[in-house]
Amino acid sequence: MNWDILLQTLLSGILIGMVYALVAVGLSIIYGVMEIVNFAHGEFLMFGMYSSFWLFTLFALDPLLTLPLSALFLFALGALVYRFTIKRIASAPMVSQIFATFGLMILFRGVAQFLWKPDFRTVENSLVSGNIVVSGLYFGIPHLVAAVGAVLATGGVWWFINRTRLGAALEATAQDKEAAQLMGIPSHWMFALAWGLGAACAGVAGVLLSTFFPIFPEVGATFSLIAFVVVALGGFGNVTGAFWAGIIVGVVEVLGGFLIGPEYKLAIVLTLFLLVIIVRPQGLMGRAE
Amino acid sequence: MCIQKLRSIFVAALLFAPGFFAGAQAQEEIRIGAIYPLTGAAASTGLEMRHTLELAADMINNGAKGINMPLAAGGGLPNLKNAKIRLIFADHQGNPQVGATEAERLILQEKVVALIGCYFSNVTATASVVAERNGIPFLNPESSSAKLTQRKLKWFFRTTPHDDLFVHNFYEFLKDVETKKGFKPQRIAILNENTEWGVETSRIQVRLAKELGYNIVESINYPAKSTQLTSEVQRLKASNADLLMQSSYLGDAILAMKTFKEQGFAPKAILANDAGFSDTEFRRTLGKDANFVFSREVWAKDLTTQNPLIKQVNDLYAAKHKTDFNGNSARSFTGLFVLADAINRAGSTAPEAIRKALSETDIPGNQLIMPWSGVKFDAAGQNTLGRGIIVQIQDGEFATVWPFDIATKDLIWPMPAWDKR
Repeated sequence: MNWDILLQTLLSGILIGMVYALVAVGLSIIYGVMEIVNFAHGEFLMFGMYSSFWLFTLFALDPLLTLPLSALFLFALGALVYRFTIKRIASAPMVSQIFATFGLMILFRGVAQFLWKPDFRTVENSLVSGNIVVSGLYFGIPHLVAAVGAVLATGGVWWFINRTRLGAALEATAQDKEAAQLMGIPSHWMFALAWGLGAACAGVAGVLLSTFFPIFPEVGATFSLIAFVVVALGGFGNVTGAFWAGIIVGVVEVLGGFLIGPEYKLAIVLTLFLLVIIVRPQGLMGRAE
Repeated sequence: MCIQKLRSIFVAALLFAPGFFAGAQAQEEIRIGAIYPLTGAAASTGLEMRHTLELAADMINNGAKGINMPLAAGGGLPNLKNAKIRLIFADHQGNPQVGATEAERLILQEKVVALIGCYFSNVTATASVVAERNGIPFLNPESSSAKLTQRKLKWFFRTTPHDDLFVHNFYEFLKDVETKKGFKPQRIAILNENTEWGVETSRIQVRLAKELGYNIVESINYPAKSTQLTSEVQRLKASNADLLMQSSYLGDAILAMKTFKEQGFAPKAILANDAGFSDTEFRRTLGKDANFVFSREVWAKDLTTQNPLIKQVNDLYAAKHKTDFNGNSARSFTGLFVLADAINRAGSTAPEAIRKALSETDIPGNQLIMPWSGVKFDAAGQNTLGRGIIVQIQDGEFATVWPFDIATKDLIWPMPAWDKR
């Protein structure tokens, strides 16, 4: 066994794990505030990728430059989804909520396929391309940039929730909607904010991924399964938990796949997940209820 | 009252007129059922195949100037008093059940004398069973699952080579490369996706390697549509492979190539199994990074320089549809000509006569637009003279490099390392 390759695999796992974390943070915020599982989360990521692709293809704007624009767009989309769909089922039975977000997932995929065809697309020759080699270790520059970007975005979300008044209001709504409302916090605005923020996280992750991952209408499915595992592993509604869980899942997937067999890389991740659930049902950093 | 009566007579006339004319014409046309995916995920491919089948039928019925191909003189089938071919299309939507139902409908209601289709191996499997039960010949031009001709059906004929043979071609290619370039791979790695196609291909690749004396050092069936292929590529690097055989669909093929480059994995050659690697998008996306990859193919546009017939037919098609033939459409086209040839030789539309004529088919390679030595069926209905070709991406274009006798360019071997390009 070659230590270089092992170290390489570990680092690659950490890099992709940071992106997983950002996708999961968005999912986690929405669940944390509203206790609704958003099955259309991967589709927010898909829209983020397409927004980056079209801005690049039509106006030659690099994904790194258009990132704030894509984030804003996804924020608006998330808030609109809340306003026109989720608001109506906020207090409906859980089954209705599941079907509503599941329906959104199918609708969004259908829209993407209708508008942009099922073709695979890629952002070619963006500012971030190529790789660097540091003492025998290979790093793709797009992966490095995506990982750094994801960490910054996750940090930003953490700061917003824990260090700003608006974030505190969001947290208060998450903890007790009625009490927060009595304190003068309008819960509908907080819910819309959560959806906007959640969608923006997925969208930013999508933009960061678009520099090296092919873009197609079903791409969300590839990442959303992982995001669900990360959220459950880290503890629902917990940003810090989602961050560490994302890295753990990335490392376990890549390293486990390398050591045991790439055929089983998802099986290994899900086995770990089941073990954690047995020992700590609330997830690594979740609060026991 | 009177107006109403007139109207009903008029309506009745409208209703019966087409039926009457169809009845009158029935003697002069040969009805062939064509079952293809005309809606659903493969609809665009299905439409392409439909266009080529219509082109083939049009060439037989109305002739094509300057194309020296049997039956292409026009005027229908000479041995059946110049009867015209009439194609009746059905849509199987990529669904084996629908394929079977449509086959049934075409045979019982549309009274077709033969069936052609279905592109998807799993649909061909069910539709051909219906044909077998009803005693109607079924010609399959483009499904590649080896199992289809292992069923020993009496009414089933397949013109395309199948997966077993394609994998065989890889090793024949390697033997030829060894003779020509003096290179024999010592350590072969396999990277295939994990759906039935990839797993089945791995099985055949490993089995044939053992039989032919090649050393497989790593065989990976990775989960299709992975978020990352780093573990796989690290394994490949650790295996120190000098040759990679890969079967992937488009998304994974692109991601794999990007990861190879990023991680500096460069074997002497990458031998890809069609699919994602043959897609135009693969070359467009990767640009010069797609160069030097080998892929097995069934057809290539540059063959037009080798065989004037291919150029003539392709020009005819391109003039009408603004796109070139590809591996699928060229095979569908060929399939209909093989079927028409058999019906003509049978001199009858009786199913048994057509079946017998099909089994006696013997078409030489120079009358085909395929890189085959010809068409001749064995007892299982498999064409024994078909073969695949190997193409290499050179300067962003596919060049046929094997078999050497029809190659348009010399192969570039080995593939240069990523930092030396």
